[in-house]
Amino acid sequence: MTAIVKRDYSLTGEESERAVERGLSQAQWYRTDVSRKRMKELMQRRDGPAIRATLLWFALLILFGGLGVYLWFSVWSLTCFAVYGVLYGSASDARWHECGHGTAFKTRWMNSVVYEIACFMIMRDPTVWRWSHARHHTDTIVVGRDPEIVAKRPPPLWHIAGNFIGMFDVPLAFRHMAIHASGRLTAEEATFVPETERSKTYWTARVWLLIYAAVVVWCIVSRSILPAMVIGLPRMYGAWHHLMTGLTQHSGLAEDVTDHRLNSRTVYMNPFSRFVYLNMNYHVEHHMFPMVPFHALPALHAEIKDDLPVPAPSIAAAFREFVPVMLRQRRDTAYFIHREVPVSSVPISGVEVSG
Amino acid sequence: MPNWIMACGVDDVEREDLIPFEHAGHQYAIYRSPDDSYYATDGMCTHEEAMLCEGLVMDHIIECPKHNGRFDYRTGEGKGAPIRVDLKTYATRIDGDMVCIDVDG
Repeated sequence: MTAIVKRDYSLTGEESERAVERGLSQAQWYRTDVSRKRMKELMQRRDGPAIRATLLWFALLILFGGLGVYLWFSVWSLTCFAVYGVLYGSASDARWHECGHGTAFKTRWMNSVVYEIACFMIMRDPTVWRWSHARHHTDTIVVGRDPEIVAKRPPPLWHIAGNFIGMFDVPLAFRHMAIHASGRLTAEEATFVPETERSKTYWTARVWLLIYAAVVVWCIVSRSILPAMVIGLPRMYGAWHHLMTGLTQHSGLAEDVTDHRLNSRTVYMNPFSRFVYLNMNYHVEHHMFPMVPFHALPALHAEIKDDLPVPAPSIAAAFREFVPVMLRQRRDTAYFIHREVPVSSVPISGVEVSG
Repeated sequence: MPNWIMACGVDDVEREDLIPFEHAGHQYAIYRSPDDSYYATDGMCTHEEAMLCEGLVMDHIIECPKHNGRFDYRTGEGKGAPIRVDLKTYATRIDGDMVCIDVDG
């Protein structure tokens, strides 16, 4: 019986050093050739699309949250909270992400305000995750360097499944809040968060813990779980959508390459999911050109799709592609999806593509 | 002593944009602001290895194409995370139709 080769995904282990030695860290990545004129058009910032999306998001949160409270406790109330949960526990993931890039709005403070709100909802420290995500874009799916690899090899299937209701993510978020509130970072976070930024994290955690403590007290005093249904718990019961869409991003694809076409996936999605996910279904495009705002990603996709692998036609199709691969990776960690890229493409820059 | 080098023609850079310029193996970025003033900075982002010439100029800000780090290209001042080191700037002058930069500035 062959032993399963487990790679070390921690940022402080041997794999991290090896990735640097192999030139995989801070490498030059393949980019499809797009004229400067066209890129400037695609990169242009606008407030309108994000203001409309944000107003709609807040309106739906108030509507479904308000109805959920008003109709409590009934089937209708739970139905409303089911929608509210997705808007809270999943849409916040996309808003955190897009505003963190600073591309959602043209106006800087609007990005900052929505970023802070969305970070609170998704329970991700605004400072830590800003730096974590910068690393994810520098060293995308490079083992030992990228802190945001979800589908490791072998894939932690129960962990991933449990996180559809935040079973592991939420307790971990509170553990991190407690660590941060005590004036410390985890060892991994310390590898990418600069000293000068850390006090922001400590104070954010203290404020957040006070808010959650107030919610718990409110629940006890009112002898009802209702306050937590509005603040906190939706990060669990509404997490499934962001897990579902997030898993399509890189699962089953190559590790340790310097071409986003080989380690990222674009998926055509229904309009509701695209609203919740803010067009991040165009994920190869986003990684290749992170300056392009969410509202211009469909146009970018149209511009470069001939140089990209064929997108998955739906979320279900993406799952049909990577779930069997993840199941096989439980026994065979070297197995992954080899993406076909157009033959006209320029050879991949940086290091050799691993097999 | 200033060391003025011709970098590009005044019309080589579009308004509110930048172009790359290489001299003696060093990368520079030449900017033309919305009011038709010219500026020069190092061509690489101070955060990580990324060419600023592929970034976006908005008013007097250059945004790095890799992690969206922002600088005021007139002063080189970094505008928050992930930028921690300011960008080196160089003096510019116009000689006829040419933009010159003081590479020792």
